[in-house]
Amino acid sequence: MTATLTATTLESPPRPAPQPALHAEEVSKVFGAGPAAVFALDRLSLEVCPGEFVCVVGASGCGKSTLLHMAAGLEAPTSGCITVDGRSALMFQDPALFPWLTTAGNVDLALRLQKVPRSARRSRVASLLETVHLGEFAAKRPHELSGGMRQRVALARAFAQDADVLLMDEPFGALDAMTRDLLHAELESLWGALDLTIVFVTHNVREAVRLADRVFVLTSRPGRLAASFDVPIPRPRRIETPEVSALAAEITDRLRREVRRHGHV
Amino acid sequence: MVMSETTLRQEVTGLDTLETPVGSGPSLGSRAWSATWPKAAALLLALAGWQVVVWSGWRPTYVLPGPVTVFGELGERLGDGTLITAASITLRRALTGFALAVLAGTVVGSLVTRIKVLRTAVGSLITGVQTMPSIAWFPFAILLFKLSEQAILFVVVLGAAPAIANGLISGTDHIPPIYIRAGRVLGARDLSLFRYVILPACLPSFVAGLKQGWSFAWRSLMAGELLVIIANRPSIGVQLQIAREFADAAGLLATMIVILCIGIAVDTLLFGSLDRLIRRRWGLIDTNT
Repeated sequence: MTATLTATTLESPPRPAPQPALHAEEVSKVFGAGPAAVFALDRLSLEVCPGEFVCVVGASGCGKSTLLHMAAGLEAPTSGCITVDGRSALMFQDPALFPWLTTAGNVDLALRLQKVPRSARRSRVASLLETVHLGEFAAKRPHELSGGMRQRVALARAFAQDADVLLMDEPFGALDAMTRDLLHAELESLWGALDLTIVFVTHNVREAVRLADRVFVLTSRPGRLAASFDVPIPRPRRIETPEVSALAAEITDRLRREVRRHGHV
Repeated sequence: MVMSETTLRQEVTGLDTLETPVGSGPSLGSRAWSATWPKAAALLLALAGWQVVVWSGWRPTYVLPGPVTVFGELGERLGDGTLITAASITLRRALTGFALAVLAGTVVGSLVTRIKVLRTAVGSLITGVQTMPSIAWFPFAILLFKLSEQAILFVVVLGAAPAIANGLISGTDHIPPIYIRAGRVLGARDLSLFRYVILPACLPSFVAGLKQGWSFAWRSLMAGELLVIIANRPSIGVQLQIAREFADAAGLLATMIVILCIGIAVDTLLFGSLDRLIRRRWGLIDTNT
């Protein structure tokens, strides 16, 4: 993965067609071997344009998390290749903050691991926490924050990595509806302000339509690309509007058809 | 309706305020009181039980003196400096031995966690050494180092280091995998992962290992001072021996009280508070109780 990364960054003189921010080509991932082998992903190909916000939805077992882990370099594909143009940051459903560090310390560690000099880190941490409206909570420890606040610290930590592509693995899955709505608005406004590509995995179709420019639907076992929907609804959006609901219903129907395929009569 | 930037900010911060717990726990005074009174009561009960046994006449008072006699003796020995000198000699040994054990235990523990082959090779051996009673090492230590400080230190280190190494090893075994993954995603590799994620993540277990290591060190040291008596070093162990030889029951018990107090003080004041500090920071203590 590192090799392909360097290759793509080296040969990036200005070209007429922009380099995709994320490019998956014929990516397969098999867990286990022999008759017990499970195809998490089967020859999946997709492209995400720079600055695009895409959501990936699918029922359980469609390998959507695996896709992100491979893009982040945590796992290697069994075959095919997946490349990210520039740097990527990954956010999990669990905020995964380190309990031995304060809120500011957690963000600071991300900068330190990027080799940002000490003198520049202080003000960077402060401004990153301000971006997610958590400036006053810099000295708090993760356990003193609510779930939504922790996830925002994780978001600030991901921003600290100065990534071009932000990979999000069901980041708001464990939050209550009100907090989630606000985080949607916050993420949307941050994405609008920053020059960022977001690949957001979720099983919540409404959430996908609320956020994305484009929604990819994956099939389950093996995970393949079933369909891709453009979301032409103007921003900023709200999750309760009829346009969002209508498109979500359409995508849900597509997903249900997929799930039915695995059922028995 | 379009949500403006200010509205969003207001709503987000408003929700934060609502979700942040209000009020503080019980005051410092009431916490100190609730931590102290059960201990004081238990101590009083133990002293009363002791006095009752003395009064029952089960043993003559020159063999088993009562608390009043013993504490009188203790005061006298602290006053004339005998026990202070003895305790300082013993504590210096304890600190040297424990420091060496921390060094050895940390080095061995880190190597074992980082190198798989080493773990298979010596992982169970470390636990084996830990279960070996320290007194069983002394004949060998005396052969190796004669009746010297080194003989005592050798056994103290052997007693404490395995517990410290084991604390580190089990700490790294119990790190939630999500921390490792998060560390990797943030760009931490081998050494930086060890330094910024693995090491701090196993701190609670490491402190538990230190605490256990201390109690092993202290025990080994007492055994050592009774066996390895060095001229002109009137340590606590020597005081015990002298008291036994002169059938000085009150002096013996007074010395034992000093041993007990030092052990408890280091355990609760040092390691106990360190452990509580870590758990409070990590949010492993319910602050309202």
